[in-house]
Formats: sequence, structure tokens, C-alpha cells
Amino acid sequence: MLAWTVYLSFASALVLMLLPKGRVDLARGVGLGGALAGAVVAFAGSMMKQPGIQEICRIPWIPSLGINFHFAADGISVTLVMLTGIAAVVGVLFSWNIGERVKEFFAFYMVLIGGVYGVFLSFDLFLLFVFYEIAIIPKYFLIAIWGSTNREYGAMKLALYSFVGSAMVLVGLIAAYVVSGGTTTNLIELAQFGFSKEFQYWVFPLVFVGFAILAGLWPFHTWAPTGHVAAPTAVSMLLAGVVMKLGAYGALRVAITLFPLGAQAWQTEIGFLACVGIVYGALVALVQRDFKFVIGYSSVSHMGFVLLGLATLNEIGLSGAVLQMFSHGVIAGLLFAVVGRMVYDRTHTRELAVLHRFNLSRSLPFVALTFVVASAASMGLPGFSGFVAELQVFIGAWRAFPVFAIFSGVGLLVGVAYTLRALQKAFFADPELETETRGPVLDPISMPEKCGAMILMAATLIIGLYPRLLLDLIVPSFSSPLFDGLRNGAGL
Amino acid sequence: MSYAFPWFVLFLPLFAAVGIVLFTLKNRNVSATISIAAIVGGFFLTLLFLVNHGWTPGRNEVNWLWMVVGDLRIEFGLRLDPLSLLMLLVVTGVGGAIHIYSRGYMHDDPNAGRYFASLSLFTFSMLGVVLSTNFVQMFIFWELVGVSSYLLIGFWYARPSAADACKKAFLTNRLGDFGFLWGILMVWGALGSVNFVELEATLKANPVALGSLATAAGLLVFCGALGKSAQFPLHVWLPDAMEGPTPVSALIHAATMVAAGVYMLCRVFFIFNGPALEVIAWIGGFTALIAALMATRQDDIKRILAYSTLSQLGYMVMAVGLQGTVPAMYHLTTHAAFKAMLFLGAGSVIHAMHHEQNIWKMGGLRERMPITYRTFLLGTLALCGVPPFSGFFSKDEVLTQAFEHNPVLFAIATLVAMLTTFYMFRLVFVAFRGGHRADAASHAHESPGVMTWPLMFLAIPTVFAGFWGIETLLAHQFGGAAVHASGSMLDHLFSPFNHAPASAFLGLGAVGIGFLLAQRLYANAETDPLPEKLGWVSEFVRDRFYLDELYAILIRITHDALAQVSDALDRWVVSGFLVKGTHGSVELLGRGLRLLQTGSLQTYALMFAVGVAALLYFLLGGAQ
Repeated sequence: MLAWTVYLSFASALVLMLLPKGRVDLARGVGLGGALAGAVVAFAGSMMKQPGIQEICRIPWIPSLGINFHFAADGISVTLVMLTGIAAVVGVLFSWNIGERVKEFFAFYMVLIGGVYGVFLSFDLFLLFVFYEIAIIPKYFLIAIWGSTNREYGAMKLALYSFVGSAMVLVGLIAAYVVSGGTTTNLIELAQFGFSKEFQYWVFPLVFVGFAILAGLWPFHTWAPTGHVAAPTAVSMLLAGVVMKLGAYGALRVAITLFPLGAQAWQTEIGFLACVGIVYGALVALVQRDFKFVIGYSSVSHMGFVLLGLATLNEIGLSGAVLQMFSHGVIAGLLFAVVGRMVYDRTHTRELAVLHRFNLSRSLPFVALTFVVASAASMGLPGFSGFVAELQVFIGAWRAFPVFAIFSGVGLLVGVAYTLRALQKAFFADPELETETRGPVLDPISMPEKCGAMILMAATLIIGLYPRLLLDLIVPSFSSPLFDGLRNGAGL
Repeated sequence: MSYAFPWFVLFLPLFAAVGIVLFTLKNRNVSATISIAAIVGGFFLTLLFLVNHGWTPGRNEVNWLWMVVGDLRIEFGLRLDPLSLLMLLVVTGVGGAIHIYSRGYMHDDPNAGRYFASLSLFTFSMLGVVLSTNFVQMFIFWELVGVSSYLLIGFWYARPSAADACKKAFLTNRLGDFGFLWGILMVWGALGSVNFVELEATLKANPVALGSLATAAGLLVFCGALGKSAQFPLHVWLPDAMEGPTPVSALIHAATMVAAGVYMLCRVFFIFNGPALEVIAWIGGFTALIAALMATRQDDIKRILAYSTLSQLGYMVMAVGLQGTVPAMYHLTTHAAFKAMLFLGAGSVIHAMHHEQNIWKMGGLRERMPITYRTFLLGTLALCGVPPFSGFFSKDEVLTQAFEHNPVLFAIATLVAMLTTFYMFRLVFVAFRGGHRADAASHAHESPGVMTWPLMFLAIPTVFAGFWGIETLLAHQFGGAAVHASGSMLDHLFSPFNHAPASAFLGLGAVGIGFLLAQRLYANAETDPLPEKLGWVSEFVRDRFYLDELYAILIRITHDALAQVSDALDRWVVSGFLVKGTHGSVELLGRGLRLLQTGSLQTYALMFAVGVAALLYFLLGGAQ
């Protein structure tokens, strides 16, 4: 059933391309319909998921090479599929005001979504890689055509980084395929093959870093802030919300499960880079003048927690990392929605120093409230999903490497500082204006925006209050045969 | 059935907060009523529960699995024992009075709806801290307390001073919480549980279970109290937090939030080992001393009370450090009542003076505001530790504890008792006695009943709480014999003198000296005579030993430096050198290669020949 998320997304992209020109409303409708249908399938399928790894479909594709069109899902995939469903719907809602080339926009958008669903559901390495590439291409066009600041530069940088990462992954995967005898690309079978320690030692960093580039691993993160800033709002939301998760997911699903011994060997290095990313992203966010850059760097910092969680290689840290993927997807989406769509599309500036002129807390109270909630969630306050996720990563990290755990906590502290700074500068500054004059008149917040913001706020709050909704899906995944290697080697 | 009561007590304020935000934010009166009903309802439910089950209910812990990952189990539950039930009464009782008072105080504020929503959210968080069964749950509510206090301190966010104050409070608290979290992780890592009961059992069975981490873990956990209870060096946020509305100061910065730190120390007292307790005691004593010194030179009525709170919290922390959980909790309870009353009294004065807070612009308020004056005086007497008011008994227990364990700290504590009397009577003489120093003072009038009734209600525990046997109850919790287990009221009154006469008499002597000094200097003073007499020392004390400035500089230097370095690194090294460098070298390579792409067939042919020759050379050379 979950496979229909992929098919429906691609089908709606196809329909969108065939639509007659100028039917703007129809294009939006089809986009929303496709995203909604995908989300409904994602949630329904997740509810009905059986324990363990659930087979979805397995059709021989290139039999001579042992490649299958193989979809399956475990708790990790299901969590991220649900995240994609939420992000897709909300992204469409926040793209409602896209005016030029509407149907092309939504067509690319749905291809991207379909590719993302595909990555999360593929249990065949080759298939996974194909979807991974499918997801990269539309990103380029979406940014280069509909983007804003410095869009060609941002799009090209993102595309180049992605392709370099993909190339590294591809080399590693081909090597693994050949070494394992060249008979299968099935993820589970490869995970149980048991590559030699020497082989894992050099292949793991290649594949892990190749994927982690897309997750914003320091020092390969620079595509992220520029890409986020250049992208149109919905695409920044998707970039931070799900595309960065593709990288983290690949790093977990492929690099760690196939090469557990390599992961152990490189654990400290990865943990170190993740920590640097956490603290560094937070510090850089603290001095940004552009509102969107603040959020962009905060993404680097929060994704650092995902990578740190992965580096712990223990159950608590890994499940924390997956939960953080979900949590950051929702929270970053919300932050970008506020900054890019709700604020920028009305004020046409993102300079923190200029924004106070608009007296936003009075003129757009709903936006101010949304951003307060998003900030609270982003700071990792209890009651929001970020708290549970980051707490788990901490605890996991404490077990694996206490020094890094303490170090990364500094990032959390700075996180409070930069969030409060941005919040105050953008929304609550300038008391003289506060009392007397109202700022320039801004368009009121539209219905799609309200719905989108509500969905995201509800998601982070529900998971924050009762994390077992997701954890009970995620945690059992680590007892599947995929993680045999890790369990045997590292005592997961 | 009535085992459900504590759940209602906990969640009613949350429902009130959510309800106000969703439906009645614009309606001040309805919002106030909802908020008041929630907390007062909680107070009566607690009383009912106590009537039904007594202080030690049969089912004293209820848990509900919140999350489980591997060997990490985190529950959400309620702990019901004398300690938490007593705190429940303090929070809902004192808090209830403050809620009612707020209705009058915030009457004219257009955003009163938001105020009451935040107040209810705070109450919920505080009750959560009190009822927690484990470290993680406590930490969650601990953070929520921080958030709601941020909202309340910054209630008038349009004032830059309030905006700065709430940020400062939040960040300082976060710093403490950071240590607290590490402490929790350390404890969990070593003992494998976060549940208080299980931890206590483990440590009882094996006192050295924490091993070499014991001191570090204890001190890190103490960091949490350092932030919330505003102990040196994290005390700086509390005086600034007076930017919030006065009832908030009474609720958060006198009775509840700042008490959370002390409560936590008592709750997890079994974790601390000797060296950790030693540090805790000294930090408490030091805070008590410097805060009392600073209080003597403040002119803002709320700031005097704020420093006094710091100083009294220092007492409590010191008592915990001297293994006196009973005196600490006892003093916490009585202090919550009388300090809240003092703050509310100050609020009543400020309200009457049209938001003038400088005591040198007041004067002669005794005749103008008789109820406020009388209750304020009662509070002052209790705070100074004059028998038979409640503060006398609790303070005496603290002093006795110090006397028995650490003579130096006892000397400090006695000195602080003297200073306390001095600055409190300075406040009373200058603000309430003498002549009117400003117009506002002569036009002041008594506050309405909605504000004076809570004052009078709080006067009851201020005067009588010493006779209610709170210490016996607490001694029961902490497994020790009650100190003053005696019969009649008169016996009780004199028991401190019978039990530990030296500390009681020395304490009283200090109070007497403080009072005489204050009377001599301020009984009819028009201006403050101290600056002339003390010179630069006075300024030094007034400016809080320049600690705030020192911190500001330190923070600015480190934070600016780190952020600028990171930014520069990102701009010049990572995206400049590495990214542009890669880009540049690729481009250079491209340009270099372009030189070869001449388009001339002859050149290509030549290069082809050279290539073939080179290839042949290597191949044949290799074959040789």
C-alpha cells in the first residue's frame, strides 16, 4: 500500500505536465490533491504496518545483475514517509501564491516528493540510488527558476554538492556490489554478507560522507545556507524538511547497516564533525543579519544532532537521530514557512535590522505566535518533539563519547541565544513603534498559510507530548536483521 | 476516587491556560476568574485529599510510561509524600492568594488575559516540578517553569529593560539547567534509573554506587538549583527579574520558582556526598552574605525585597549543605508566605504611588495605607526572625543547624540576620514612617479589597506557621526526630531557647543590633546618610560588586569572539578557501586545458604523436 505514495506523486506530476496552460487553480488543485493523497496513503499505510520489515513489492527488474524493484518498510522508513507526507501537503499550501509557470512548479515539486518517498521505501540499493538521483534533479530547477536571492549560484552549488556526494556513494556501492560477488543489490542480503574489516574501513567513510553531505555534515555544509536562502519557500521547507533527511537516512540505512565495522572504526571522527557542526552552526547563526540565514545555519546545527545520534551507534542515540529527523523536518519547515512565506512575501526584506519597522507582532499577530511556537520547539523546550529527540541523542552520546556530549550541549545553549535574538529583533523590537504608529499595512495571513502552520505546530506538539507514537515504531526497527552486523559488533 | 485529585490539581491550571489562550484572551475578567478558579480549586482539592488520606497516602506513587528506548525508561507520574504535599499546599495556597491579588493589580492592563494565561501555565509547571517522580519529568517541568517565568518577566516586553531581563533570566537559568541535565545523565549512566525511589533504594543499598563520579554528579545536579534558586554565581537574573509585574515577583521570585531549587535539593538529597554538600553549604552562605550586603544599599522597594529573597534562599541552600533538609524546607515554607506577602504589600504601595518604586520618594505611608502597613510590618518581623512569628522558628532551625555543624557559617548566618533586620527596618522607616517626601505619597490611598484580602490571608501563616508542626511533618519525611516536639504553644515558643540557647540568643541579639542601627540611621532621615559615611564602599555595594558588569563583559568577549571567528571561518575558510578554492582550481584546470583546445589540426596531431610516443616509452620501458 505504501508504494502508492510514490506512484501517486509521479502520477500527479504527469497530470500536471499535461494540463493546459493558464489553468492556475487547476494546477494548484492537482498539486494539493496529489500531495494529500500521498499523505493519506502514507498515514494509512503506517497505521497498518506489520511489525518488522514489511515487504511491499518485489519485482525482478534487471535479473542478470540481481536488481529488483523492491519496496519494503520498517519503522524508520514509515516515520520518514509520514514526515514526507506532512511536508508535501504543507509545502503545497505555502506555495499557493506562486504565480509564474504554476503547473511546471508543481510538476517538479511532485517529482521531488515522489523521489523522496521512493528513497525511504527502497530496499534495493540500485533502486534507492535511482530515486536519490531523481530527487536531486527537480531541486535544481525549482531553485534556479523560482528562487530568489542569488538563485543560480545557490542552485548550482546545491546540485554540485549533491552530485559529488552521489558519486562517492556510487563508487562505494559498486565496490560493495562487486566484492559481495555481484549477485544481489538487496539491502538485507548485503547487510548480512559480512564485508571484511579492511574493506569496510575505506568504503564506510566514502558512502557515509557521500550521503552526509546532503545532511549538512560539517565542513560540507555550505550548500545548505545558500541553498535554503535561494530557494522558494516551499522548496526551502522541503530542503530542510525532507531532502536533508535523505542524506541522513542514506547514511543510516546504507552506510551504517552495510558497513557496521567501518562505522565503529570511524565513529569518533564522525561524532567530532557532528559536534563541530552543532556548535559551529549555532554560533554562525548568532551573527547573521539575514533572517533566513539564521534559520539556514540553525538547520546545520540541528542536523548535527542527527549525525551525532548516528555516530553513537547505540539504540538510544540511533532512535534519537531518527526522531530528530522527523522533528527537525517539521520544525524547520515551520521556521522557513514563517520567514520565507509569511514574512518575506509581505515585507520583501529579510534583514533583521529592517524588519522591526513593520512592527510584526502587532501587524501579523498570527505569524508572531507561530514563530514563538516554532522558536520554542527549535530551542528544544519540553512539550515539543525537539526536546525528546535531542535528549535521546544526548543520552546516546553520553554513552558513546561523554566529551562530545558535553561539547554539543554548548550548541544547545547558543541555540537559545540566537533564537531569542532573532525572535526579538524580528518581532518584538522597537518600543516606540509598538505603542503609537502601526507599521505599513501588510496582507493578512491567508487560509492555506494558517492551515499549513497549524498542521506543523500540531505535529511537533503531539510527538513532543507523547513520543511513543513514533518511538514505538522506530525502536523495534533496530532489532531487524538489517542491524545484525551492528548488534553483533558493537553491542547495539 | 480521591486519588484522582492530585491529577486535577496538576492539570486544572493547564486547562485554564489553554482555555484562556483559545477562547477568552480578550476578556480580562473571565480570564482572571478561570485562572483563579483553577488554582484555588487545586488548593481545596489538596486539602480534601489530605483529609481523606493524610500526609502519607497509601498509594504514594503513580506512574505512566511516557517513553522507553532500550534500557532508558521514562515515566510520567505523581509522587505523593509529605514533602510534595506540603509544597502543593504552598504553591496553591500562596499562589491562589497572589492570583486573586493580581485580579486587582492588573485590572487596567489591556493584556490581562495573556497575563493570567501565563500565570496558570506557570502554576502548572511548578506543580509538575513538585509532583515529579523522576529526574527527567522534573527536568521537563523545570524547563517549563523557566519558559513561563520568561513570559511573565517579559510581560511588558515593549520596555527594553523588561525584554533584557527576561532574556537574562532565561539564559542564566538555561546555563544552570545545562549542568543539571549533565548531572541527571551522569546519575542515570551510573545507576541505570532516573526514578527517585529507585535511586534512593540503590544508593541506600550501596552508598558508593556512584563511585568516583559522586561529587561531580552531585555538583552538576546542584547547578540546576544554582540557576533556579539564583545562587552565586548565577544570582544575577533575580534582581533584574523585578521588571515583571509585582504579583509575578511575589509568586515566582519569592514563593515558588526560586524555591524549586531548594525543593529539588531536598528531594534528591540522598545523591549528595560529603564534598558536594560542603560546596553547597559555602555557596549558600556566601550568597546569603553578599545579597544581604547588596540589599542594604538599594533604593527600589522591589529590589530590596529581591536581594532579601536571594539572601534567604542562600540560607536555605546553606541549610541543605549542612545536612539540614528539615530546616531548609521549613524556612522555605514560612518564607514563601511572608515574602509573598511583603511583595504583595510592596505592590500595593507601588499601585498607590502610581508606579513609583523609589523608597526615598515615599514616606509616611503608615497613615495612608494602614492595612498594607500592618501586614508589611508583620512580614518584616517574620523575615527578621522575631518571636513568635513563623520566621523566627524556621530561621532558628537554620541557625542551629549551622551552629552544630560549621561555626564559620554560623557566624556568617548571624551577620546576615543582623543585616536583614537592618535593611528591612530601613525600608519600613523610610517608606512608611516619617513625612511625605513626594506629592504622590501624600495622595496615596489604601488599595481595594481584592488586593488587601490576600494580604490579610497571607498574614495568617506569617504569624502562626511556627505553631503548626511543619518541622515534625518534615522530620517524618526525612526520617529524623522532630526537634521541638512539645505540647503547649507556650512551650513551643520557648523551645528554641531550651534546645539550643546559644544560637537562639545570638540570633536574637543580631536582630536587636540590626534594628537599633536602622533606627539610629533612618528613623527620621530625609536622605540616606550611609553614602557619606562609607564613601566608595557604599557605591561598590550599591552597584552589586560590579558582578553584572563583569559578566556582561565576559559574555560579550567570548560570545562575540566565538561567533565572529565562526562566521569568518565560514566566510573565508570553508566557503572561501575550500569551496572557492576548489572552484578556482577546477576553473584553472579548465582554462589550462582550454589552451590545448586550439582547434588547429596540426597541434592535435602533434599532441597525439607525443602521446603515443610517451605511451610506447612507458610500456616498453616497463617491459625491459
